[in-house]
Amino acid sequence: MATAETAPGSAPPSPAGHTLAPEGGEIAASGVGTQLSVRAFVTSKRAMTGTGIIVLLALFCFVGPLLYHSNQVTVNLGIENTPPGPGYPLGTDQYGIDVLGRLMAGGQSSLELGFAVGIVTTVIGLLYGAVSGMAGGIVDALMMRLVDTLLAVPTFILLIIVASMFSLTLPLITLILIALAWPYTARLIRGQVLALRPREFVQAARTMGATGRSILIRHMVPNTLGISVVTATFSIADSIYALSALSFLGIGPPPPFTDWGTMLTNGVDNLFNGYWWQVYPPLIVLVLVVVAFRQVGDALNDIVSGQRTAAVRRRRFRLLPLSAPRDG
Amino acid sequence: MTWYLIRRAGQSIAVIIGVMILTFILLHLEPGSAARSVLGLRATPARVAIFDSLYGLNKPLYQQFLIYVKQVFQGNLGISYQGLQPVSTLIAERLPRDAILLGMSTLLALLIGVPTGIYQALRHNRLADDVLAGTWFTLYSAPDFMEALLLIALVCVQLHLLPAAFPGGVASVAGLFADWPALVLPVVVLSINSVAGFSQYVRSTALQTLAEDYIRVARSKGMAERLVLTRHVLRNSLLPVITILGLALPDIVAGAVIAEAVFNFPGMGLLFWQSALAHDFPVMLGGTLIIGAATVLGNLAADVAYSVLDPRIRYGNR
Repeated sequence: MATAETAPGSAPPSPAGHTLAPEGGEIAASGVGTQLSVRAFVTSKRAMTGTGIIVLLALFCFVGPLLYHSNQVTVNLGIENTPPGPGYPLGTDQYGIDVLGRLMAGGQSSLELGFAVGIVTTVIGLLYGAVSGMAGGIVDALMMRLVDTLLAVPTFILLIIVASMFSLTLPLITLILIALAWPYTARLIRGQVLALRPREFVQAARTMGATGRSILIRHMVPNTLGISVVTATFSIADSIYALSALSFLGIGPPPPFTDWGTMLTNGVDNLFNGYWWQVYPPLIVLVLVVVAFRQVGDALNDIVSGQRTAAVRRRRFRLLPLSAPRDG
Repeated sequence: MTWYLIRRAGQSIAVIIGVMILTFILLHLEPGSAARSVLGLRATPARVAIFDSLYGLNKPLYQQFLIYVKQVFQGNLGISYQGLQPVSTLIAERLPRDAILLGMSTLLALLIGVPTGIYQALRHNRLADDVLAGTWFTLYSAPDFMEALLLIALVCVQLHLLPAAFPGGVASVAGLFADWPALVLPVVVLSINSVAGFSQYVRSTALQTLAEDYIRVARSKGMAERLVLTRHVLRNSLLPVITILGLALPDIVAGAVIAEAVFNFPGMGLLFWQSALAHDFPVMLGGTLIIGAATVLGNLAADVAYSVLDPRIRYGNR
């Protein structure tokens, strides 16, 4: 939404006629060399914990099945709902399928979806937002109304509608999530570009005769890359969560597709029978992966914005679109 | 100020039109045709043709869109495939119940979230702050359907304290309160995510407020800490929450779909979910339109309230 929000507690909005100049250092630190950012990332406890969890989970899901062989194909009602024990470290589900192996298989689709959506939405949002911000005027206004429209309807609602139209597969649901999730990034990047536009180095480039396109590619994109990476991590977490919620509502991809949300849904039916091993493992990994991605995003945000002020923290909870751009 | 309001209202209208275009497109993306959905696969071509001409489906798309817009403004959102009831009736029945559910949970979230946030700001970076932040963070990251189900497992199945779901056939708003024990868990579950958001947001604004000069002045002139907190910190930290409330609306609505599905709460979310399972597109799209319009209006109201309440904010007098 093109809202009137000013960052809480920040200086009151600039007086009449004042452009959207960044207040000192707001974006300055994004110019920090890659090496410095990497060092800041490596020394950040939160970032490294998050990354560690993600790497471990990825290894678990993608390398795990090579080491731990289990039946994920045939239904075996002879061993249904076996509690954890020898042969089945995490027990079996109501079809007699090994839960540990299922956790790995389900994680593969969850993680693949997360990364694909995170990366592609960021690229689309980055380009769309940068072009919109650079273009200004009527083009910008029109491009932003499209974004506003998509943001006005809760993504999850649209997701349910589109999901119920098609018989879902992983690539399709990835595409749908991409189509619905990029406006957040686009709005954020546009705000950054608007703030960058009056900066000296952009003005200098313009004076030297740089075309809009070269400014876009050589100045705008690199300078908004940091904040884009931050949103990418958040959209990874969000899309993994969205897939699980969709499966929970029974509108997710049909079997034999599996993801952590599907496992949870099936397990919950049996929770009241005391089959806890069908619920807690997928719940724990799901929470872990979402927390891990958000931690990394949070830490990156601190590094990118170069300010450890509390204002940054609000992004930890996805209530506000990251930036608070006002339509100029 | 006036200019700002006019421009802002203009933007909102543009977005609502955008949402209408979006729902219209989605309505036509629907596989098969409306006629086939209503009349069934065995309908003769003649009947399909009659249906199409009856509902104007044989006209050019832009005319159909104009008809759609006209119908929407007349309060006609189409007919549900399932019950063959008008969508507007279905929605009108449920909106008041949702207003109560969402209103109560948001109020609860504010009552818990705001004091927690200020407390965290006062205990900034100490153990209490970290513990609370960690707790909210985990609760926020856990899928809300899980929170709902674990609560059911604990409160309803183990302790037998509250009913796990609404009985079917709750008709009126008064009926909701008659079944108030069933209302407790949906309200609590819906407020969990909002508490997390509100408290962390208030925490960060309170931190900034606490660093302001006027706080130091208030303290140095010997003002009681309680008064400093209520008169200065609380008031100034509350303002941004108004904006947050407007922006959080889509999230709250999305959460409501899941909570209502779990607790069988007879609101828009449940209707929406059941329509999705039954491929009842008119209901889904009518609901989407209402939700989109509510979001846009909510944001507009939040902006206006914010600018009225905060005298420091004066928008572009260009």
